[in-house]
Amino acid sequence: MTGALTVHQVGPAVTVQDMGRPGHLSSGLSCGGAADRLALLEGAALLDQDPSLACLEMAGMGGTFTFSRPVRVALTGGAMSAERDGAALRWHASHAIAPGQVLRIGASVSGHYGYLHVGGGLAPPAILGSRAVHITAGLGRPCATGDEIALGPDTGGGVDQVLAVEDRFSGGQIDVLRVAQSALFDAEVQARFESTVFTRDPRGNRQGVRLSHAGAGFLGAGQLSVLSEVIQPGDIQMTGEGTPYVLLADCQSTGGYPRIGTVAPYDLPRVVQAPPGAQMQLRFVDGAAARARYEDATSQMRRLSRACKPLLRDPARMTDLLQYRLVDGAVNAVAPAGPGALPMEGEDG
Amino acid sequence: MANGFPRISAMGMTGILVSFADTLSEPANRAALAFHARVMDTLSEQVDEIAVTLASVFLRFDPVQTQPEQVHPVLARLLEERDWYDAALPPGRKLWRIPTAYGGADGPQLEEVARLAGLSPEAAVAELSRARVRVLALGFAPGQPYLGTLDSHWDLPRQTDITPKVPQGALVVAVRQFVLFANASPTGWRQVGRSAFRCFDLGRDTPVALRPGDECQFVEATPDVIGAATHEDAQGYGNAQIEALP
Repeated sequence: MTGALTVHQVGPAVTVQDMGRPGHLSSGLSCGGAADRLALLEGAALLDQDPSLACLEMAGMGGTFTFSRPVRVALTGGAMSAERDGAALRWHASHAIAPGQVLRIGASVSGHYGYLHVGGGLAPPAILGSRAVHITAGLGRPCATGDEIALGPDTGGGVDQVLAVEDRFSGGQIDVLRVAQSALFDAEVQARFESTVFTRDPRGNRQGVRLSHAGAGFLGAGQLSVLSEVIQPGDIQMTGEGTPYVLLADCQSTGGYPRIGTVAPYDLPRVVQAPPGAQMQLRFVDGAAARARYEDATSQMRRLSRACKPLLRDPARMTDLLQYRLVDGAVNAVAPAGPGALPMEGEDG
Repeated sequence: MANGFPRISAMGMTGILVSFADTLSEPANRAALAFHARVMDTLSEQVDEIAVTLASVFLRFDPVQTQPEQVHPVLARLLEERDWYDAALPPGRKLWRIPTAYGGADGPQLEEVARLAGLSPEAAVAELSRARVRVLALGFAPGQPYLGTLDSHWDLPRQTDITPKVPQGALVVAVRQFVLFANASPTGWRQVGRSAFRCFDLGRDTPVALRPGDECQFVEATPDVIGAATHEDAQGYGNAQIEALP
């Protein structure tokens, strides 16, 4: 008996995601999968399970969920308000939820995409080897009220683990690598591109985000006549008026807009998680510099697993912890936790 | 081929692109298809993905497992093996004769397209339904073909306005190519017809129907025939006649 997650109420952009479907680009199907891949690894580290298991991705707003069996959950990615039966839950952490207890995940507090992982993973039927919803490709749909999503068998492990994560939820400096078409943009345009402060536009979704800026557009030579070729998440396409658009997980498989560069894989989660209004500056780096900073999924998993700490027993965290009601019925030693108290701010550092 | 093609370019730290032209041509598409097959034979173990589009082959890899410096010389050596622009088309190709209703509600922009091509609507339908076009690439949506190339008077620009929605099975035209839509979608191309052909169907053993190199002919049929084909053809091929090509 593997159980199910029931959706009682849900935001407009909540989807089942995993690592997606690589290998179908020649057929016109892009890989898709979680917008913030690092969050998948964090969830796997907190629950001590395989990072390929599916989870819920929640853009901007979560939902209200119950489970038919006792589950371990982990909350990763951009922090959102979260409560278990009305008691605040910590983000970047794992928790136990009993059948009948209500897990309520509210609005984003930092970043843009939050993730709910369950021990054993979500296990709706796979399509072409993946459970990732890919709306533009016509594979699956967002979660709706009343959905029951099957759970996979949990091989077991602990809960009440917490992960200190680096802030990738407020924009900042982004490394960009050159691509074949970068040369279409002359030195002046590239220099202006690097010195411009961009703002993550409200126009954005799992296909890509627009970066807005003041001043002239960034136009390349032969802007309108580029022959379509493969495009990838992270690629920075220039629209006809010279506005950069960073492609994300559900981008199309091919595109004909010129690309000034591609975001280094290690900085892509920072672009993905930048909430509307966040500022970013992009700078070109060479392949060697980028490779020095790049870590593959295996080493990332190792590092994240080591970084998981018990939520309750870490003395260095105790002062901090006393502000939270981590155990049902525990009395808050510092101040009464009023309804709706959301101790999430400032946890991402 | 002049102008520095074929060309190998780094695409960030996780990709390499081998391009055969910067404008579409039959030899460049032929080269990309044949080179894709050769790279699949040679480098599948070292890279995560090898994909072909209109005139280029893309390789994606993990830079910890595979260094671009290792892949680049292998690709250069493979490019030297032969004149890829002269290569044979892939084996196992098929010809798909797909019943298509032109004009009216099924092709609302047929008359506009005919005018742009300098033809009467009847002559336009006669040409389009007689043309045998090749699947140049699949892209934009799963299984969705770009087909070409049509004669030079079909080099129509894309619309400046986007059509908010064409239906699944819509046949649209621009830049000497057809696209047959896999799903309902917005497009900047003009719709001339509609078929009951499903480019992508998870209910089939082979969800993606067409392969690059296959040929298609969009044979004129009445709207009734298209309507019936939607129900009759359980495979979702819209009553297409399928023939193996030598």
